[in-house]
Amino acid sequence: MSLDLGFWTLQALNALQLSMLLFLLSIGLTVIFGLMHFVNLAHGALYALGAYFAASAAAVGGYWAGFFLAPVAVAGVGVLLYSGLIQRMRKSGPMAQVLVTFGLIFALLDITRIVWGDLALGLEVPSFLAGRVALLGVEYPAYRLFIIALGLAIFAALAFVLSRTQIGAMIRAGVDNDAMAACLGINVERLFFIVFCVGCALAGLAGAVAAPLLSVTPDMGLQILIPTLIVIVIGGLGSLKGAIAGSLIFGFVQTFGAVLAPQLASVLIYALLAAVLVIRPVGLFPAKG
Amino acid sequence: MLELNAVNSGYGETQVLYGMGLRAEAGRVLAILGRNGAGKSTTLKTVMGLLPLRDGQITFEGQAMPKRPYDIAKAGIAYVPETRDIFPSLTVRENLEIASKRFDGAWTMDRVLDLFPRLGERLENGGTQLSGGEQQMLAIARALLMNPRLLILDEPTEGLAPIIVKLIHDKLMELKREGLSMVLVEQNFGFATSLADDVVVVSKGQVVWTGSAEAIRADTEAQHRWLGV
Repeated sequence: MSLDLGFWTLQALNALQLSMLLFLLSIGLTVIFGLMHFVNLAHGALYALGAYFAASAAAVGGYWAGFFLAPVAVAGVGVLLYSGLIQRMRKSGPMAQVLVTFGLIFALLDITRIVWGDLALGLEVPSFLAGRVALLGVEYPAYRLFIIALGLAIFAALAFVLSRTQIGAMIRAGVDNDAMAACLGINVERLFFIVFCVGCALAGLAGAVAAPLLSVTPDMGLQILIPTLIVIVIGGLGSLKGAIAGSLIFGFVQTFGAVLAPQLASVLIYALLAAVLVIRPVGLFPAKG
Repeated sequence: MLELNAVNSGYGETQVLYGMGLRAEAGRVLAILGRNGAGKSTTLKTVMGLLPLRDGQITFEGQAMPKRPYDIAKAGIAYVPETRDIFPSLTVRENLEIASKRFDGAWTMDRVLDLFPRLGERLENGGTQLSGGEQQMLAIARALLMNPRLLILDEPTEGLAPIIVKLIHDKLMELKREGLSMVLVEQNFGFATSLADDVVVVSKGQVVWTGSAEAIRADTEAQHRWLGV
């Protein structure tokens, strides 16, 4: 192992790429939680569905068909989940919500098994993203750079919408105090529905872009769920800043932990989680101060 | 304008209102007085749909009151809660715009800033960087930007310095002279009875005294019995 500058650059890019993938997943979950105090543990299952939709669509129409169709299809699944289950569960308390959405993980997992089978699916990246790019003195896979750029672009777009537009102000107001927002004539339920669908679409997008890196398997949603929850707890509930900060912390601790202290790598992030819970139980940048 | 008839309501298992009934007339100010825990704030929260109406009727301008706070706001009722509920992650300007951009009418951004010039100097400040008095001004300004036909205020003077209480009083008097209908819950007897036309006194979740503001000011026995003044 040559510990030169290029090696560290490579690791930093890997960390960044993992962070961006986690960001796409955690932003939807954290805003849904912040806005409506709703715990959707099936968010990871939606990511797996996104990967499957992308793999199937790509088999017919190529990578970009999957890239664009998966978020739309997963948002469609979100609409079904919302009208079938979640809307009815809004007032039933966190324990019932956790149980139902936890059960949903396994229902969705088995549905993917029935539809797509147990064999891992693969997905080819488009040819112009297939090679490597020289960057900061290293040769880095173009597709991973694409994921980093996509994550940063979505972060920038969400930051703009949340901080500069009227609908962004309404979402922040709803996260701060949904009862007062409703008293000001904001249709908080509809706002929640919109945010929920966007969150589902982003989970589907995350699945679609992750599919070529990993093999697409039914349990990929379960594997990503815990990291996503850790990101949200470290970052703080309900805020964009928290989601990006938590994702970066997770990505870098995980990646550099595996390099610097392989024996400790699997424990490190949990130790950090425990430290955050002890020192700042609300997370680093919670939406509610 | 607003009428409650035999209303029961409360929090979870705890019932607070037992057959609450009152009328607020258009163009007038009604003060709801009573001791702590009598059910004053609970009455307002039930009117706003923040607590479920368990029994009885609430009507607004002759129509049954909608159930959800969102529809109640759209029907023309603005609410200034006891806790003011300024959105901390919004600037002062955004707190105001969230109302002004979605309701049209005579109250505009310029007009509320004329009413409360202090807010104009604080537009880019965060909602939490304001003093208690400024938060109250912002909560009232935000409610006015909804261009309501009825303004509901819960303890507008609570925790404020006397000079700010005077300012809030003068501003509310201005609104009253313009003919805005208001319902006010208030612990400050002098403040409430100088502003109000009509008064109801509540105790243990129901109305025990009804009359004019002058009448309650003169009725030392009622003051002593129901308010401990």
